[in-house]
Amino acid sequence: MSAESISNTGAARARKVDLRVIGPLVALVVLILIGVMLNPNFLSYSNVTNVLARSAFIGIIAIGMTFVITAGGLDLSVGSMAAFVAGLMIMAMNWLSVSMGDSVVVILLGIVLALGAGLAAGFINGILITRAGIEAFILTLGTMGIYRSLITWLADGGTLSLGSGLSSLYSPVYYGGILGLSWPIIVFALLAILGEIVMRHTAFGRHCAAIGSNEKVARYSSVHVQRVKLATYVLLGLSVGIAVVMYVPRLGSASATTGLLWELEAIAAVIIGGTLLKGGFGRVWGTVVGVLILSLISNLLNLTDFVSPYLNGAIQGVVIILAVVLQRNSGPAR
Amino acid sequence: MHKTLITATALTGLFASPLLAETIGVSIPAATHGWAGALNYHAERTIERLEAANPDLDFVLTTTSGPSQQVSDIEDMVATRNIDALVVLPFESEPLTAPIQRVADGGVWVTVVDRGLAQEGIEDLYVAGDNDSFGRTAGTYFAENLDDGAKVVVMRGIASEVDNERVAGFEAALEGSGIEVLAMDHGNWNRDTAFGLMQDYLSRFPEIDAVWAADDDMAVGALAAIEQAGRTGEMIVVGGAGMKEMVARIRDNDTTVPVDVTYPPAMISTAIEMTALGVSGAAPVSGEFIIASELITADNAEDFYFEDSPY
Repeated sequence: MSAESISNTGAARARKVDLRVIGPLVALVVLILIGVMLNPNFLSYSNVTNVLARSAFIGIIAIGMTFVITAGGLDLSVGSMAAFVAGLMIMAMNWLSVSMGDSVVVILLGIVLALGAGLAAGFINGILITRAGIEAFILTLGTMGIYRSLITWLADGGTLSLGSGLSSLYSPVYYGGILGLSWPIIVFALLAILGEIVMRHTAFGRHCAAIGSNEKVARYSSVHVQRVKLATYVLLGLSVGIAVVMYVPRLGSASATTGLLWELEAIAAVIIGGTLLKGGFGRVWGTVVGVLILSLISNLLNLTDFVSPYLNGAIQGVVIILAVVLQRNSGPAR
Repeated sequence: MHKTLITATALTGLFASPLLAETIGVSIPAATHGWAGALNYHAERTIERLEAANPDLDFVLTTTSGPSQQVSDIEDMVATRNIDALVVLPFESEPLTAPIQRVADGGVWVTVVDRGLAQEGIEDLYVAGDNDSFGRTAGTYFAENLDDGAKVVVMRGIASEVDNERVAGFEAALEGSGIEVLAMDHGNWNRDTAFGLMQDYLSRFPEIDAVWAADDDMAVGALAAIEQAGRTGEMIVVGGAGMKEMVARIRDNDTTVPVDVTYPPAMISTAIEMTALGVSGAAPVSGEFIIASELITADNAEDFYFEDSPY
């Protein structure tokens, strides 16, 4: 929908097609065209739904990350946080099922716990950054290590697995859905729309951008700077919790390798989408496009023998840089 | 009185223990994936057991998350704990070779586990799994049990020497069997990556007869993807390492998972026990000890199932 409106404006002002706006979309379309040429199954229903459902975890987190980055912050801890929350959730559900059996109530309690734990973890990051005045980069680098160690410790170095009864009861949350769309895709889409509305049309979204572009001016304009910044980290923590709620039913397990490098993928998706890394401007629909670009690259590489698998990382790097160059090319001219 | 005694013992321990007892340093990678987790579990268990059984033995266990940290750990062990023997699973071969050589030159007994050093003849004892046999065992099973022209997809691990040896063994066993390898991509020994990779294999190939997921963690991801696509029953999945969930499936005659190939993390116990023997001079143990990969089938699965193990 946003894609349509953008191309309409583009057509209306044919002279002023702004690559900075449509850059990520161009990259996405090019990738899709390459995919169609390389493999006839690329646009098959199962492949498209697979890619969308797989994007949902990073996507949901990246939506939260868009707000943090727009307000001039950063959070490196989300990948480890996701692993830690997933571990907590699995342990709690296994523990509850001993006394309560494999029931829906146990799953609901697990979901509440995951959301609460995400919220709390985000709050801890936020309060330390805003009240103790620690640089976001360093603080979240620290919590990243802490959560990663905690999940390794909780899992005793191995893998935490959900009991098989609970696992089969919970798995429809990832594999099931309505109208041929699985739940992760639906949740991702709803959150994206909600995020876009909050970013564009609410005072909170504008405060984020104001703080990101100039914190002092924002303060003089009576924006509650600390409170808004704290809220962005809490929101991000909550989105990590939501991502975990969708992640755990997939394989029913968490280990020290869960969520590895998710933080960098989420940040890359946000920046590819056109949000400024230094803050001050953010767009949620761009983030969604960024996430889809990242998942499509790995999907395409798996669907072909186009390049040696050793070079997968290089291809990803090139596409990320190109997608960003496309939208920044008007910068140096001034 | 009691307190003084403890202090005195502690002091004696601090200054004189190298003279009284043998200290064995154990340096292994941190538990970052299932197999390494089991490695840590077996290392801790063996150390506990040996310390209880043998008061003269003292152990220092460090787990590392990178080669440079492992070098510092080993240097610290030599400098501050004055170790008599070192059991090390090198994080990477090249960067650890020179530091371990220095330790060996200082007269310390060196046992290298699983990942060989870049230069031969440094260690007193080498204990390892057999990566070539790991791949070959799976390949041989495919060659013997799949029809001519069967189609196989392969999930490789993290690009490394270990992975290359396994794949080379696998390919050697398939040679001349008429089995077609459709694709080989890296699943990085990770469940999530393997899940996505398997989904893509399933979209890409309408017909797959067997999956070699060269690790049980990847097999878990592959199985979930196959089930999601509703293609269970079309293909078999052979993993590796001997994760207990997989062994249980084999034991219960799961038709999708007929066999598994071992690569026992308990080899660290073999290494520590043999080193303790070697250091005490009780029996000659220097040389090489290669633990072959075995095929777990429904008939012998019971012997490979360890209820308490984390893996």
